[in-house]
Amino acid sequence: MTTTTFALRDTSTMLRREFRRTLRYPVGPSVTVGLPIVFLLLFVYVLGDTLGAGLAGPGAGRDDYLDYLVPGMLVLTIASATSVTPVTVAIDRTAGIMDRFRTMAIARSSVLAGHVLANVAQAMVGMAVLVGIALLLGFSPTATPVEWLVTAGLLALATFALIWFAVALGLVADSVETASNLAMPLVLLPFLGSGFVPTESLPTGLRWFAEYQPFTPIIETVRGLLLGTAIGWQGVVAVAWCLVITVASWRWARHLFHRDPT
Amino acid sequence: MRDLRAATTDPTTTPGRVAPAIEVTGLRRSYGDLLVLDGVDLTVTPGTVFALLGPNGAGKTTVVNILTTLVDAHGGTVRVAGHDVATEPDLVRRSIGVTGQFSAIDDLFTGAENLRLMADLHHLDRLEGSRRVSELLERFDLVDAADRPATTYSGGMRRRLDLAMTLVGDPQVIFLDEPTTGLDPRSRRTMWEAVTELVDDGTTVFLTTQYLEEADRLADRVAVLDRGTIVADGTVDELKRRVPGGHVRLQFPSTVQLDTAAATWRDDGRVVGRDDRSLTLQVPGDGSPDSLRALLDRIDRDRLDVEHLSVHRPDLDDVFLALTGRGTDHDAADPEGATGTGRADPDHATAPEAVR
Repeated sequence: MTTTTFALRDTSTMLRREFRRTLRYPVGPSVTVGLPIVFLLLFVYVLGDTLGAGLAGPGAGRDDYLDYLVPGMLVLTIASATSVTPVTVAIDRTAGIMDRFRTMAIARSSVLAGHVLANVAQAMVGMAVLVGIALLLGFSPTATPVEWLVTAGLLALATFALIWFAVALGLVADSVETASNLAMPLVLLPFLGSGFVPTESLPTGLRWFAEYQPFTPIIETVRGLLLGTAIGWQGVVAVAWCLVITVASWRWARHLFHRDPT
Repeated sequence: MRDLRAATTDPTTTPGRVAPAIEVTGLRRSYGDLLVLDGVDLTVTPGTVFALLGPNGAGKTTVVNILTTLVDAHGGTVRVAGHDVATEPDLVRRSIGVTGQFSAIDDLFTGAENLRLMADLHHLDRLEGSRRVSELLERFDLVDAADRPATTYSGGMRRRLDLAMTLVGDPQVIFLDEPTTGLDPRSRRTMWEAVTELVDDGTTVFLTTQYLEEADRLADRVAVLDRGTIVADGTVDELKRRVPGGHVRLQFPSTVQLDTAAATWRDDGRVVGRDDRSLTLQVPGDGSPDSLRALLDRIDRDRLDVEHLSVHRPDLDDVFLALTGRGTDHDAADPEGATGTGRADPDHATAPEAVR
């Protein structure tokens, strides 16, 4: 077998391991899938009527806000998946099994690749469930099948980027508790962007942050694709952010993984 | 300090020169400003058990981490199974198995699944993998627990599973970092039997331990690591010959009697260890009738009120004292359960001097 086939085989072994672990201890998927659904219901049914009116003027209400909210919720799903990943990585690291893998003649890339792919898959399932529930609640996207595909592609790319970042956080943390805390702020980012209200409505400092943070262009692009709002340069900025985060996080994670155990 | 005799007594050694399973020369490693290893030299003959002995913080784990490709050396050369760890780490990884200090098993998996994972990572095909898994479950007495999650395992079972996982790939050289630390005596004996079996199969075993008794039971050769250098290297018997035969522990009914006794030995200029909590004093003595008679005579002469007396074989503390003039600062260095028995020199008889 060639090096590449070995790497693929090891990666699939690691991926199967992650899936099995997830089924045995489904806290990760419950957070990834559950948190955005709870927020969706909360925002639509508790705040939706008022926010919808504030957003689209008198006469508008809950249904309008649901449409506005879904793209932000999709990104929140990514963020909540990102908050779970560092914990699973840190558990492997502190339990010594990662060191065992490092002393074995396996494709080293497979260890982190297994974590990344499993968590991306988990987030994608979470987003599919979220869209399903949103549709049941009356979400009315205008997207064509191609736009749906592009949306899925962009969200997958964003998930991939942020999960690599989360893996690096899990490696840099010296304990499972630290790992869990490090990723917490990520869940707040969609709130400090255009996920729940338009950035124009925010006070100046926050607005500046909201417009330039990576989640906003991703949310705006998804909103444009699903609901036909203007995308402009946001799509390009979103993809650029994803690529930059992926490369930087991947390099950081790789460096941390090869670092000596302390 | 180094013993230069070739291991000609080893049955697996042919008269010609056998390439060593492990060859370390001038190994250095520091962490920040702290020099952890300062020129370590080691040679391990294939098919033998080598024990690296030393107290906590001596650098044992760092040696294992470097030999197993986890940590880079800062100087010197290290060859394991004929390959350089710096330039051919993958070839080294192909030949070794590592059981670290903390069991590296997947807690959410059953014992069988953990072994299966190792079989998959060693690219064994399904049939070969299953055969290997059941063979190892059998060998490590884990058949009944095979389908239970590893979280339900006892400490001894976890270590056994850990070792079994290490053996899935049939490694030539096995590293065991403190394999029995924290185990109860029965689990410890089971581990010892497992290690003995490995060597019977021709595997080379490199283990670290804080227990002289463990090295005694298992190792063909021993090296003592202290402050990053090897201070002694040889067979366990050679090592013990350099240690003036153990000690006798005297227990007193109260601090007052302990003080009196400690004072007479201190006047003597002899090395004694003292533990105020257990009201005991450790005095030199090899346990021979003559030395005991002399000790008892002395107790009578000085009218010391000794409540209890016990004779102890040389342990790591004694070895250290003899080799370095210092005791270990480790509380659990005696597998027989003698804890809190630091040694000190006569001028500081109240507290054992820290190694680090």
